[in-house]
Amino acid sequence: MSARSLETLLAHFKDGDRGALARLLSVVENNPELAPRVISSIYERTGRAQIIGITGPPGGGKSTLVNVLINALRTSGNTVGVLAVDPSSSFSGGATLGDRIRMLERWEDPGVYIRSLATRGQLGGLSAAIHDATHVLDAYGFDVILVETVGVGQAEVDVSRVVQTVILLQVPGLGDSVQTIKAGVLEIADILAVNKSDVPGADALVIDLRHMLRLAAHADWTPPIVRVVATTGDGVPDIIERISDHQRYLRETGAGTVRASQRARDDVLQGARRQLDRQLALRVRDPELDDLIESVAARRLSPADAVEEVLLRVRQGELPVA
Amino acid sequence: MASTREYPIRVLVAKPGLDGHDRGARVIVRVLRDAGMEVIYTGLFQTPEMIVRAALDEDVDVVGLSILSGAHLALIPDIARGLQEAGLGDVLVVAGGTIPDADASSLRESGVSAVFGPGTPLDDIISFIESNAPVRELK
Repeated sequence: MSARSLETLLAHFKDGDRGALARLLSVVENNPELAPRVISSIYERTGRAQIIGITGPPGGGKSTLVNVLINALRTSGNTVGVLAVDPSSSFSGGATLGDRIRMLERWEDPGVYIRSLATRGQLGGLSAAIHDATHVLDAYGFDVILVETVGVGQAEVDVSRVVQTVILLQVPGLGDSVQTIKAGVLEIADILAVNKSDVPGADALVIDLRHMLRLAAHADWTPPIVRVVATTGDGVPDIIERISDHQRYLRETGAGTVRASQRARDDVLQGARRQLDRQLALRVRDPELDDLIESVAARRLSPADAVEEVLLRVRQGELPVA
Repeated sequence: MASTREYPIRVLVAKPGLDGHDRGARVIVRVLRDAGMEVIYTGLFQTPEMIVRAALDEDVDVVGLSILSGAHLALIPDIARGLQEAGLGDVLVVAGGTIPDADASSLRESGVSAVFGPGTPLDDIISFIESNAPVRELK
């Protein structure tokens, strides 16, 4: 893709050019100046895709499950876009993006698109550009978008504000039943998938999860527990069916409208935060700001007073010439 | 084109062909990551078509090919041509592994910018990529 202007790139994208799709995802990820223009231009084409999240602990089999989900979804005639997030190093800023390795089965299929994203400092298990990236895949016309989070611990719940249906993967052997009565990621599951359910401990985990669900307050959707073995595809038809059930529940009960509003709120607030962060980042380069920070380090100025100064500058909106 | 880069360089590290040895490729993945790059690793046994597809979909700036099987002259030109045909002519292509010097020049003619043989200091690879990766600017 060698388009030189955003307008040409958008035109190619709207014609269905795959290279333009890939480049546009880079634009929304890399360029906070152009990203809003991209989204404004494509937003009217969005709103058709089913957006499904897959989250769970590192090594739990998320990517392997995505691979077999892709297969099942393609077999029933859906096109599939995948956003696979892996963590950036907090030291170097670099990242190893290794989810794709597990998703090669349909590599030749034009109805499948897989894109790896790094978190780039974003907490919560996703990338700061995740909303924009789902809009781009949605506008391109994928029927289903699968969002795979980084391997999560106990508090990475952002995916529930980005997707419609959250599949939480659990695996046996990661702790005793006390883990299941803690809050955290379990609360965001719409579907609980017990992966590696062919290894010892799976039965006990299913029982623990069932107890946990019984104690939790559920309005009108109780997350089903599905046993799967992602490497063989066992249980995958079950998951596909549960996804359809949940999507139908969202459509028929008004829960979908509530979710859509939550997503839109998160989308707007994230976007605003990104732009504010960018303004701040531009300030930090300002030599005057370095002086300010030095004063705080030398204890001539309190951090609170420095924050006041910084905010004053952001409000004045005098951007230094970069 | 401005030459300032405000985002990490994206690199695809790929193992073309029937070559089951990827310790070297994994070391490269790790050091490029530690140099601040975002590195996608394809895994073993990739055909030229698979590598081109991954480079296109992932919109990478650099493709690094690790090959120890001796099939470099058969596979690498196909990959370079495939990238051209996919509209990715500006992607920096580098290769590493057991590639004799005599073959390196013919690989360069087919579009490979650098061939890093055994014993190449890792810093040389990093700095070559940093100074030669394309910067894509849009207006």
